Amino acid sequence: MFKRLPDADAKRVVFKVDGREIEAYAGDSIAAALLAAGISPTHLSTVSQSPRAPYCMMGVCFECIVTVDGVANRQGCLVPVRDGMQIDTIKGRREIGA
Amino acid sequence: MSNALRSDDFDVAVVGGGLVGAAIAYGLGRVGSRVVVLDEGDMAIRASRANFALVWVQSKGLGMPEYAGWTVASAKKWPTLADELKREVKLDVHLQQPGGFHIALSEEELERRANTLKRFHNQAGVAQYPTEILRRDQVMKYLPEIGPDVVGGSYCPLDGHVNSLKLFRALHAAIAGQGATYLPGHAVSAIDRGGRAFRVRAGSRTVTAGKVVLAAGNANRHLAPMVGLKAPMKPERGQIVVTERVKPFLKYPVVTIRQTDEGTVMLGDSKEEGTDPAGLNLEISSVIASRAVRTFPLLGKLNVVRSWRGIRVMPADGFPIYEQSETHPGAFVVTCHSGVTLAAGHALTLAPMIHAGRLAEEVSAFSARRFDVQEVA
Repeated sequence: MFKRLPDADAKRVVFKVDGREIEAYAGDSIAAALLAAGISPTHLSTVSQSPRAPYCMMGVCFECIVTVDGVANRQGCLVPVRDGMQIDTIKGRREIGA
Repeated sequence: MSNALRSDDFDVAVVGGGLVGAAIAYGLGRVGSRVVVLDEGDMAIRASRANFALVWVQSKGLGMPEYAGWTVASAKKWPTLADELKREVKLDVHLQQPGGFHIALSEEELERRANTLKRFHNQAGVAQYPTEILRRDQVMKYLPEIGPDVVGGSYCPLDGHVNSLKLFRALHAAIAGQGATYLPGHAVSAIDRGGRAFRVRAGSRTVTAGKVVLAAGNANRHLAPMVGLKAPMKPERGQIVVTERVKPFLKYPVVTIRQTDEGTVMLGDSKEEGTDPAGLNLEISSVIASRAVRTFPLLGKLNVVRSWRGIRVMPADGFPIYEQSETHPGAFVVTCHSGVTLAAGHALTLAPMIHAGRLAEEVSAFSARRFDVQEVA
């Protein structure tokens, strides 16, 4: 759905989403990298379990939440993607303590 | 008479569209009044959107036993209100009344709590209901997640909570369904009597109504004198911290910590004097968070997603003011803290009294005349 603007100089990074290797550009937010890689949905909503994907891209809507290196419910649009990062998509409500 | 004029002619004008005004308007529509609700706009300082959403009974009414009885009665009618709203507008407000706790983090706090309850239950004529002081091991049977700093607490089986945003929405949907006229962006600037009806100046309109109910929260202080009433108010600020959503783990609400039906955990509720909701005092937020984590250490693992400061509607002595004007019969003031807890009493008991044109003995203790007595004394 999304196409990148050409940027020959961009440094590439590789991270994992649910165990699968994905390439992104350094400086991408996690949410942008997921959208660019065509990954959707990125979470099942915590209330109704409906499929969701990044929406506002500016820290307000919480539709882009993902587990980042084991920390649940982080806003993907506010965290830059890094080489070797482990992202897990969220399937429903987090269990406290998990 | 022109149609334009007729359409602005109502049985009752309710001033204020927050939880108190909406509950009164719903209750009036329910018994057949033609209602207009005059409300402020989106920028209104609206307690209904900032509150903690408890349906709370324990120890309310210390200093005024009638308030205890009125609170218990509303808590007991709450299931009726919730069922009605579910039936009429298909919205579940998620009422839960499993009982609730005050938690003590030191022996001194527990003793203070026990004394408060003793003084409360020793009041002559106060509604009697069970509130127990529990030691740590007894609290743990209900709330196994408590931390080592918890020495005990008090438990009352009548306490509960609700989703107050859904309540707000459900009441407004129900009012619309009853055919009431809702006018947002119509702050009231003047009220006078013209013949047998009141003329209420609101924004660019003047509406005519046989009765007027002032349910505008702290603004009642300024509105009440327009119709020979008074409503001395002493607004307070409070702060709330909200966590991310997690699977349900808290089975009982604590007066300062509750998990909503959607999974967020709300932490409250501070008290400061003041009327400006802008800004946030981070020291207060940090005390709120620190006490919450000492109460339930596992909360320390949660992300905070939101924090806000709101204004409490608060009559000068903390108790509701319900009164009909002597100089302007048909004009009522309805103002209180605890618009969530009292929503059922307002909709199902107080509104029919207003419809009938007379406040019954049951609510006579809430007249603002009590303030005159104190001034003389």
